[in-house]
Amino acid sequence: MSTAPRLTALDALHRSLGATMTDFAGWDMPLRYASERDEHNAVRTKAGLFDLSHMGEITLTGPEAVKALDYALVGNISTVGVGRARYTHICQEDGGIVDDLIVYRLGETEYMVVANASNAQVVLDALTERAAGFDTEVRDDRDAYALLAVQGPESPGILASLTDADLDGLKYYAGLPGTVAGVPALIARTGYTGEDGFELFVAPEHAVELWQALTKAGEGVGLVPAGLSCRDTLRLEAGMPLYGHELTTALTPFDAGLGRVVKFEKEGDFVGRAALEAAAERAATAPPRKLVGLIAEGRRVPRAGFPVVADGQVIGEVTSGAPSPTLGKPIAMAYVDAAHAAPGTSGVGVDIRGTHEPYEVVALPFYKRQK
Amino acid sequence: MSNPQQLRYSKEHEWLSTAEDGVATVGITEFAANALGDVVYAQLPEVGDTVTAGETCGELESTKSVSDLYSPVTGEVVEANQDVVDDPALVNTAPFEGGWLFKVRIAEEPADLLSAEEYAALTHSDN
Repeated sequence: MSTAPRLTALDALHRSLGATMTDFAGWDMPLRYASERDEHNAVRTKAGLFDLSHMGEITLTGPEAVKALDYALVGNISTVGVGRARYTHICQEDGGIVDDLIVYRLGETEYMVVANASNAQVVLDALTERAAGFDTEVRDDRDAYALLAVQGPESPGILASLTDADLDGLKYYAGLPGTVAGVPALIARTGYTGEDGFELFVAPEHAVELWQALTKAGEGVGLVPAGLSCRDTLRLEAGMPLYGHELTTALTPFDAGLGRVVKFEKEGDFVGRAALEAAAERAATAPPRKLVGLIAEGRRVPRAGFPVVADGQVIGEVTSGAPSPTLGKPIAMAYVDAAHAAPGTSGVGVDIRGTHEPYEVVALPFYKRQK
Repeated sequence: MSNPQQLRYSKEHEWLSTAEDGVATVGITEFAANALGDVVYAQLPEVGDTVTAGETCGELESTKSVSDLYSPVTGEVVEANQDVVDDPALVNTAPFEGGWLFKVRIAEEPADLLSAEEYAALTHSDN
């Protein structure tokens, strides 16, 4: 594998904007352009423009594409209508989570799976192997798409000024082909920020043109370029899991509090079914550690891997933590023992480099947008 | 990015003002502040603490990481910047001015503090 980082089609543009770049899953990606806090707040109150071209697209086509997906994934993909999307997991035989995915149904027999950048190869390999017995073609489309996201309350207005697509008819978790600023795009009403917004999958050669058109359209309403740093604080406030933090191969969806994504009622077998049935039963009888929110009383920031403590005992572990621009306090997601998981549980702290800092246990998410 | 000429600099990206009555002001450079990202928490040495050149005397926490704060000189802390404790973002917005961190009565300073030109060369920044 090459050690040189991969560059997105927007790389030169990011550099011209003065972005601080960072290595992310082998890609050189914009971390922030100026202040990550300002970018975060812009997405919450106005709009932010993200380059997410590192995400991994895999297309399945053919008469048995949906059967292959139902076998390969834990969700019931048969129930996804054309133009809709579904959040799901791909699990190992032992139930461990390989990745969390969004599956878009683009046509009667065409589906696009979007995997996390860090897992794209693993997911591609697993889907290829699992689809082998079905009449379907699995296509590596990672290089076929650049992905731009416009997120925030102003995003519908910005996009509407550039497209004839029926955005009002486009519900959350839906996607349809259209044209944005003259560029053919798959327009999806999805995102990872807790705000209304759109993800635009386009051919890489159109990425710069589309970025510039969106920038111009958003000029008057406060759209700013936004990097991965604020994307992380936005998703954390919204209580959205991040692979490698809240989700790992060591956890089943039931351990992660996401058992609802597993659809035992669907027809036929699927990879991980037996192990997941056992995990579901365990979760019902002896609750595993529960994913909770923690809000700091002080100002020190909990980080992934820090122990959660109560009465001098370790009762859990922080999976993600950051200062929350919206709450004005450090926040974290953590897996904690069920006995300490109820919102309002007293005496819970985080061990921050040897000091036990007090934290309030809250239900997730920390932030929910007003509709 | 411009590093004020009248200051001296450490390789750990602190700046040190010229001492007046033996007391100098310490902060981190704009280069360091940019590298950190938004500073959200500052733990500064306390008045009366003895700090040692090249050793940690506090920490600066940003959105993404926590970094040790080193002292560029040895001496006694005579003031910590409460404005920065209350509003750590000052370190980003005014690293050479309102975002100063502490004042120290110098007992001893290392010989290898850098000039603005030398520091600029170290960080490949414009001076």
